Amino acid sequence: MSLDYTAAEMMTVTAARALENGMTCFVGIGLPSEAANLARLTHAPDVVLIYESGTLQTQPDVLPLSIGDGELAETALTTVAVPEMFRYWLQGGKINVGFLGTAQIDRYCNLNTTLIGDYREPKVRLPGGGGAPEIATNAGEVFITLKHSKRAFVDRVDFITTLGFGRDGKGRDGVPNIGKGPTRVITDLCVMKPDPETKELVVVSLHPGVTREDVIEATGWELRFAETLESTPEPSAKELEILRDLKDRTARAHSGQ
Amino acid sequence: MAEFLSLHDAVARYVEDGATVAMEGFTHLIPFAAGHEVIRQGKRDLTLIRMTPDLVYDQLIGAGCARKVIFSWGGNPGVGSLHRLRDAVEKGWPHQVEILEHSHAAMACAFEAGAAGLPLAVLRGYVGSELPSVNDQIKFIECPFTGERLAAVPAVRPDVSIVHAQKADRAGNVLVEGIVGVQKEAVLAARQSIVTVEEVVEDLRAEPGYHPNACIIPGWAISAIAVAEKGSLPSYAHGYYPRDNAFYKEWDAIARDRDTFTAWIEENVMNAGGNAR
Repeated sequence: MSLDYTAAEMMTVTAARALENGMTCFVGIGLPSEAANLARLTHAPDVVLIYESGTLQTQPDVLPLSIGDGELAETALTTVAVPEMFRYWLQGGKINVGFLGTAQIDRYCNLNTTLIGDYREPKVRLPGGGGAPEIATNAGEVFITLKHSKRAFVDRVDFITTLGFGRDGKGRDGVPNIGKGPTRVITDLCVMKPDPETKELVVVSLHPGVTREDVIEATGWELRFAETLESTPEPSAKELEILRDLKDRTARAHSGQ
Repeated sequence: MAEFLSLHDAVARYVEDGATVAMEGFTHLIPFAAGHEVIRQGKRDLTLIRMTPDLVYDQLIGAGCARKVIFSWGGNPGVGSLHRLRDAVEKGWPHQVEILEHSHAAMACAFEAGAAGLPLAVLRGYVGSELPSVNDQIKFIECPFTGERLAAVPAVRPDVSIVHAQKADRAGNVLVEGIVGVQKEAVLAARQSIVTVEEVVEDLRAEPGYHPNACIIPGWAISAIAVAEKGSLPSYAHGYYPRDNAFYKEWDAIARDRDTFTAWIEENVMNAGGNAR
């Protein structure tokens, strides 16, 4: 029997399932944080969540609104200074996976969170890089999650804030001490992975009820699909229940109740 | 040795027009009361350094205090844009503001280098990012031992750093608890420093729960201490009060419109002395 769930829930559950128990994960705020905590509350109780505010091995009861909510420090194993966070734990090679969101992404997984338009005369000024430029290169691998739309999935990002595989797919070639880079992109429509050779993103799995045309329509480049295209497994009742509880608790906490 | 001053006097003495100022606190312990005092005193042409400008710099920028902003993530966390920062960058209101942007890793390292008295910070960073093409303060050097190409950024050396903390004692020693960010680095990197605190106690070492590895900034490394109760609201002080997440969301509407913003500053900063005087 099919369960009732939204595309956003499908995305979060699929993103959560990407994390394996015992991984150390450097978590970005927003969708990645939602997915990483869902993983911790379901199949991966021993996943180690690390936020750039310096909170190591944190277990928040509600999702943080900011990267440094008190909840994160109160439930962490320990909290370190931000330079230590980036130098010892991230640059030192202790992170298996960086989990990031983005405003724009292109076919080579480059991420833009800096601006839309020209740098000196931006149409829209976005927040900027934050931790992402170094998370993406110093973590073992990178998962990316964001909503699928033509505005987000563009042929060329306006600005490479954070390296995927560069403008030509070769941006990591020959660079010493660099992580594998993005290994999967999870959206509300599908899962994509970089082609092992060209590094161009390829759709490997469609979420239930989503057609190829839906994904093509929401993507700004001529999209490739894997030869054997899979159907993403549906969320389980338990995953949905835990996710909805988490989001309800979070909404109550953030509205000051 | 740290001198106990009112917040008004500390800002009046140490924050000069044209100064390079770092107000730190990574989401936690953001020195809002001090930022408001800077706005009230009408300081101008400041170079403002902060990893995450947050609402405090949105307010300073909108109030016309900033000439330049050096930062690494300029959003309202979990909410969206900093509309005053955007209006200044996109439309030049209330005047054009120069920006210099880094990544968090680079800024954290730059604060640490400043505290360590070094001219530069070295990191394995900015690989493949286009930030170096728009920020001439990001260079690459070759490791003299391995030949690896590494990023280099200049150390942060503010004229004055301002941070907020939980407690000071009579000797001016300051305790920082919870998310400690780059506060200690910011204080040690600066020529002068102001620390605002929730309260002053007799002796930190006699406090219940004092730990030998606590994050302490000794009084002799601080210029001035000022008491500012609830001095980091709507940010928070671990052990004292939580982050006002609802206000962070409300700020989006307040800051979106120039008139609404100006009225808010007038009512809540200019005409509100609070504990700042």
